[in-house]
Amino acid sequence: MLRFLLSRVLQGFAVILGVLCITFGLLKLAPGSPLQSERNIPENIREQRMAMSGLDKPLAVQLWRYIVSFATFDFPVSAKTPGRGVNEIIAQGFPVSAQVGIAALMIALALGIPMGALAALRPNTLEDRVSTVVATLGICTPSMVLGPILALVFGLKLRWFNASGWYDADDWVLPALTLGIIYSAYIARLTRGGLRETLAQEFIRTARAKGASDAAIVFRHAFKLACLPVLNFLGPTAAGLMTGSIITETVFQLPGLGQHFVGAAVNRDYDLAMATAVFYALLIVGFNLLVDFLQALLNPRIGFKA
Amino acid sequence: MSHSIARSPWQKAWLLLMRNPLTVAAIILLALLVFACCIGAAISPYGPNDQNLELRATAPSMSHWLGTDPLGRDLATRILHGGRISMLVGILATAVASVIGVAYGLIAGLASKRTDAAMMRLVDVLYAFPFITFVIILVVIFGREFWLIFVAIGAVEWLTMARVVRGQVLALKNLEFVQAARAAGAGFWHILFKHMLPNVMGPVIIYASLTIPGVMMLEATLSFLGLGIQPPDASWGVLISEGAASMAVYPWMLIGPSVFFSATLLALNLIGDALRDALDPKSIQD
Repeated sequence: MLRFLLSRVLQGFAVILGVLCITFGLLKLAPGSPLQSERNIPENIREQRMAMSGLDKPLAVQLWRYIVSFATFDFPVSAKTPGRGVNEIIAQGFPVSAQVGIAALMIALALGIPMGALAALRPNTLEDRVSTVVATLGICTPSMVLGPILALVFGLKLRWFNASGWYDADDWVLPALTLGIIYSAYIARLTRGGLRETLAQEFIRTARAKGASDAAIVFRHAFKLACLPVLNFLGPTAAGLMTGSIITETVFQLPGLGQHFVGAAVNRDYDLAMATAVFYALLIVGFNLLVDFLQALLNPRIGFKA
Repeated sequence: MSHSIARSPWQKAWLLLMRNPLTVAAIILLALLVFACCIGAAISPYGPNDQNLELRATAPSMSHWLGTDPLGRDLATRILHGGRISMLVGILATAVASVIGVAYGLIAGLASKRTDAAMMRLVDVLYAFPFITFVIILVVIFGREFWLIFVAIGAVEWLTMARVVRGQVLALKNLEFVQAARAAGAGFWHILFKHMLPNVMGPVIIYASLTIPGVMMLEATLSFLGLGIQPPDASWGVLISEGAASMAVYPWMLIGPSVFFSATLLALNLIGDALRDALDPKSIQD
């Protein structure tokens, strides 16, 4: 098991390094520079600023400086908001995105798993059909439609929450609902598929024959295997939700991380773009590691193979 | 009537598809939507960018079935015209993603173990990449041109296709018929094109049909952020984002495009699911 963990962690670092190099290459391919939007700076000042941010060095040196600075937690300062390190910008946005993301994940699981389980336990009945149709509808509803509708109904009409912004303690509710409802549809589908496949297996028939109740079969026997596809889906999804859905953060005007994914690339804020990409990769790698670990724990047939 | 006894797998799949009324309904719905978008803008009395400043932001009426926007443009015409762009992006980006993904997956699966491992590690790295940043950087590099958007989307959507195809090839490549071909002297490319490609088409079609709605969603996301289709051209993403902005005052501007967009996604998802049931060898019964 130690070898399993060690090899996965090493692989994770390789992935993060790869993401860093690709982001760097792409940013260097893009025309323009962080200084492009500033009008008419004299040539000598321009050179000074380039030297200050290391942009005049050869590409390999620039890349190496990024690797060293991320590895030693000595982060560069954002080119667009002088005086603030990119780690501060991320540290400010992440709690907002994470709060919304965790709440959305909880809502998605709380709605999706019972819906999928009900459909799987009563195949081809009315419950199954309704749950399948609701899940398919959820998948077909873009967050850029659901978000504004929730903001209109609960924000502007009923006035239960703020329609946008991040002022009150309950401002996470509407964006979390938007994302949670949509993701619950995916989770319901995966739960139904996984559970139906598991319920058709021999060991379930044995359990039935021994007189186990429906609840005991689902929770004690089937669930461990049936939740594997859900778990697989949750790894990247959790990372994506934690770093903020760009659409919901735009609709509800949240000061989360999502805005930087767009803003940094558009503004050629190289340091911030690198930092957000690396941070995202770190979360993906972390959650995938967790998922691999849980999968090995839940399914003895996979096990801790390095 | 010998052909009614021996049916090819494709014929069986078609019959299975046609047996489910929900699938038939989805196919008809999709056909209607495609048809409407193809001819709708042409037979409409209004142009998609014609402004009638006397009819700014009017609610649906007999002359403007879905209302007009604040510039007095007929919304129904704009939705049908925008649908053409959304569908075109969906199909072309999926085609780009499928070609890259199938080629990559075939080569990785059939190549030596070491090449395979290296190629799939690259896919792992790209998976951990914030894909929206990737698309945005691509759009920023190449400019906001219409035809480059589906290249950018296609360039990020091929990863899962590559994994699906590679998995299929790994399962196939040691079967007897491939060994027989190899023993008869068939080379790498011959096996790849003659034996692997036809056998991975089932999963490829299933996955492609499920990629189209995902790609359309991504295009809408980009357009919503102002990075996709540029005004005055409209896609469904552009129209939805205009509608979301003025929803509290002119609700029809959000409802119209949203209904068309969601209906298309619904039909595509239902067809994709039905294809999976019909083409998956595990679920084929006679």
